[in-house]
Amino acid sequence: MKMRNVLLALGAGILTVASQMVLSEDDDHGKKKGKWFERSTDVARVENAQYVKECGGCHFPYQPGLLPERSWRKVMNQLKDHFGDNAELPAPTHEQVLAYLVTNSAEHGNYRRSEKILRSIAASDAPDRITTTPYIRHKHDELPAKFVKGNVKVGSLSNCTACHTKAEQGSYSEGEIRIPGSGAWED
Amino acid sequence: MKISKPVLIMLASLTFSGAHATAVSELLQKYETQGAKQFNAQAGKELWTRSFGISKEGKVRRCSTCHTDDLRKAGTHIKTNKDIDPLAPSVNNKRLMEIAEIEKWFKRNCEWTLERECSAQEKGDFLSYIRMQ
Repeated sequence: MKMRNVLLALGAGILTVASQMVLSEDDDHGKKKGKWFERSTDVARVENAQYVKECGGCHFPYQPGLLPERSWRKVMNQLKDHFGDNAELPAPTHEQVLAYLVTNSAEHGNYRRSEKILRSIAASDAPDRITTTPYIRHKHDELPAKFVKGNVKVGSLSNCTACHTKAEQGSYSEGEIRIPGSGAWED
Repeated sequence: MKISKPVLIMLASLTFSGAHATAVSELLQKYETQGAKQFNAQAGKELWTRSFGISKEGKVRRCSTCHTDDLRKAGTHIKTNKDIDPLAPSVNNKRLMEIAEIEKWFKRNCEWTLERECSAQEKGDFLSYIRMQ
């Protein structure tokens, strides 16, 4: 009797694990991924007040998990000409922001989109724009220009929050997209 | 509790001239030691509205391109579209409070607008103009 209970419990356990593995298989539209320690967001949220203040003062504070460490080092090395603007920081602040970026870059944690971005970039490459990484380019390649460049409320692919309504929470699911003037986006 | 006369005068002057007075007067003193002469709010205003050429994106290099001509209004970053809170201390009490912040933004924004760092004289004139807004 005792042995039977143990076997039943074991069997139930195996079934539960197996069903979770199936449910959590990586799928481009869902958020689960095939790892034991799942996270519910696409990329880790930004929870660093200094980063939000220093970088978010001029633009959406992009999650560090959207680029690999080598890209962030490159960006931080070029703040004198930051895509046409001077964005230099005083030395101590520079070091602190850089440390935050490299300890939270795409290589860290267990986040679905971060890993996809990372895998899409050639090892020899260090893109300094999130929008030029192959994964992000591929995800936006069907978008007509009128939704982005030709849309005054968007202007550029770098304006994540214009369409991704939960970008600030690190969530970029298709179902959360609302293109200003056009509504939801269907693939 | 008895408050000494100098402290009372200091408190009163803070109340009348706004809390941003400390950071600004310290900076103005510093700019004087760097060779600046009498500061002039009118010269600051003239610099604020002056055009310094055209940027690569085809925008006029001028303070008001992003901050607008009325410092009490919110502006917009011309490249990222992000809102910029008003600069005028009369409507935004977070402005002109920290020396490091003021210097950081002078460095960044003079480099874009004038394509060089601002001189001590220019920065002092700007501050004299902005603090009155």
